[in-house]
Amino acid sequence: MSKRIDVKDLNVYYGDFLAVEDVTINIEAKSVTAFIGPSGCGKSTFLRTLNRMHEVLPGARVEGEVLLDGDNLYGPGVDPVTVRSQIGMVFQRPNPFPTMSIRDNVLAGVKLNNKKISKGEADVLVERSLKGANLWNEVKDRLEKPGSGLSGGQQQRLCIARAIAVEPQVILMDEPCSALDPISTLAIEDLINELKDQYTVVIVTHNMQQAARVSDRTAFFNIAGTGKPGKLIEVGDTQTIFSNPVQKATEDYVSGRFG
Amino acid sequence: MTSTLTPVRSKRSALTKGQLPKYAPYVVLAAALVAGAAILALVGFNAFGWGIVSAILFAVGLVSWSAAVEGSRKAKDKLATCLVVGSFLIALLPLISVIWTVLVNGIPGLLNPGFLTTSMNGVTGVYDNRAVEEGAPVIGGIYHALLGTIQITLLATVISVPVGLLTAIYLVEYGNDGRLARAITFFVDVMTGIPSIVAGLFAAAFFFAVVGPGTKTGAVAAVALSVLMIPVVVRSSEEMLKIVPNELREAAYALGVRKWRTILKVVIPTAISGIASGVTLAIARVIGETAPILVTAGFATSINSNVFSGWMASLPTFIYTQILNPTSPANPDPSSQRAWGAALVLIILVMVLNLAARLIARIFAPKTGR
Repeated sequence: MSKRIDVKDLNVYYGDFLAVEDVTINIEAKSVTAFIGPSGCGKSTFLRTLNRMHEVLPGARVEGEVLLDGDNLYGPGVDPVTVRSQIGMVFQRPNPFPTMSIRDNVLAGVKLNNKKISKGEADVLVERSLKGANLWNEVKDRLEKPGSGLSGGQQQRLCIARAIAVEPQVILMDEPCSALDPISTLAIEDLINELKDQYTVVIVTHNMQQAARVSDRTAFFNIAGTGKPGKLIEVGDTQTIFSNPVQKATEDYVSGRFG
Repeated sequence: MTSTLTPVRSKRSALTKGQLPKYAPYVVLAAALVAGAAILALVGFNAFGWGIVSAILFAVGLVSWSAAVEGSRKAKDKLATCLVVGSFLIALLPLISVIWTVLVNGIPGLLNPGFLTTSMNGVTGVYDNRAVEEGAPVIGGIYHALLGTIQITLLATVISVPVGLLTAIYLVEYGNDGRLARAITFFVDVMTGIPSIVAGLFAAAFFFAVVGPGTKTGAVAAVALSVLMIPVVVRSSEEMLKIVPNELREAAYALGVRKWRTILKVVIPTAISGIASGVTLAIARVIGETAPILVTAGFATSINSNVFSGWMASLPTFIYTQILNPTSPANPDPSSQRAWGAALVLIILVMVLNLAARLIARIFAPKTGR
């Protein structure tokens, strides 16, 4: 239940502005790939092109190919809704639906699409998803309470449960721990380690220790200066990137001598 | 007490000295009231003047006492407090005065037997003359007008809410601030400023041209009120939809939910409390319109329960005609009593709608709690 992603010569635009230039990268199935790099270098922008969330913004567009097990996401006639139901996403700030209970938040992907589901199946799905997000024990007695009453870390795990409830092939995470305390961060990192047994995980992070802890492969993005496009500098095994990178810029960044 | 090193001073410590005592404002107020009454007695006493003079004396007295004892900073603070409270009272005065007048004049009318359950059908000047001259009960009521107001307003709401809400959804979710969206926003703003009589004339002219000359029904009035209501509904719904965080839309998109479903199931439920109270306030805004109803629904003295045919009464036009053309020109008092009674009912309706708006907002508000 996981697919690989191959990106070929991808250029990402906001209107006429080229935000990310010429990215070619292979993301392995059932592994964790981390994107690191300075702020504004286009990591998050690039991540959002992987499930066609980029084009939600007015004027945003993409040139190039993103292949999900060989199928081009940007091919003619591809419905972005189909793409997004296969490639889930967790955002920087926890965003549970405020009008829904914890249970309904987990079932949101099913219910919002008006798919029929029996109560028994729904119970199983809620329990499996919440267990998958390591949240079941904390919320099992208050599933009917609103999701917005949880703590920030719990809300973020609720969002992960919501994402895995639709059983995607790939899960994209855009700095999922940047609004969380170290203990909640640890809970999410443990979760990522478990998720990679079943899913392909791509995570954007500002925290290099986090990238080193959770990822199998790491991609380093950089930007030449303000107004210039972001570029993929180097991608490789996390071990290699952090201990013996090929590019000087990568070595400077991971060793803290950036800028 | 010998064991304490520094004796506790009974009331005033070093930290609280140089302050006016707590009872100071009451003392000044009592003095101002007495002095005000004395001054007014010299020129001829009246309650309104007494209030004004006492308020000025109170402010001057309290501020100068404070300046003498506490210094200029505290005195300025007292002056500002006096100005703020004074402005608040002045702003409140007309409201209380209106409510008081309507209550005093309206309650006798409201208490007439059959006031809410009978119409003016067959009530002529003869009965009113008899009521004044022989002390017979005032008959006739507002049932037809109440029914008309409810029907016209309900139909206007049924027309305005879908149009207004869908326009707001287009502007916020699909317009992308394009040329069409900007044009719509501009014309909605223009519509907000349309005088109500113009809206009435438009609806009347429109139906004269389409259905036939002289078409005056409750439905025409409802269309006129919709012209006034739609911009209010568009504006309030637009604001409410705008404050729904974009993150919620993206969260739904990322789950593979289509845009229209996201709007229907995530955006609108999140904003529904604000939208509902906006709609209720828009209703309260048009329920008292007189001029557009007069030119579109005419005026009736009998019950008309069909909004699509025949002239129809409403509370504002009922009040207008009862005051302007009393049922008995010789004895206008019963008519004016009925008019005040109708005004009270109208105010109660608007208040109930406002309370309903708050209740709706609370019921639909996103739930919190752990």
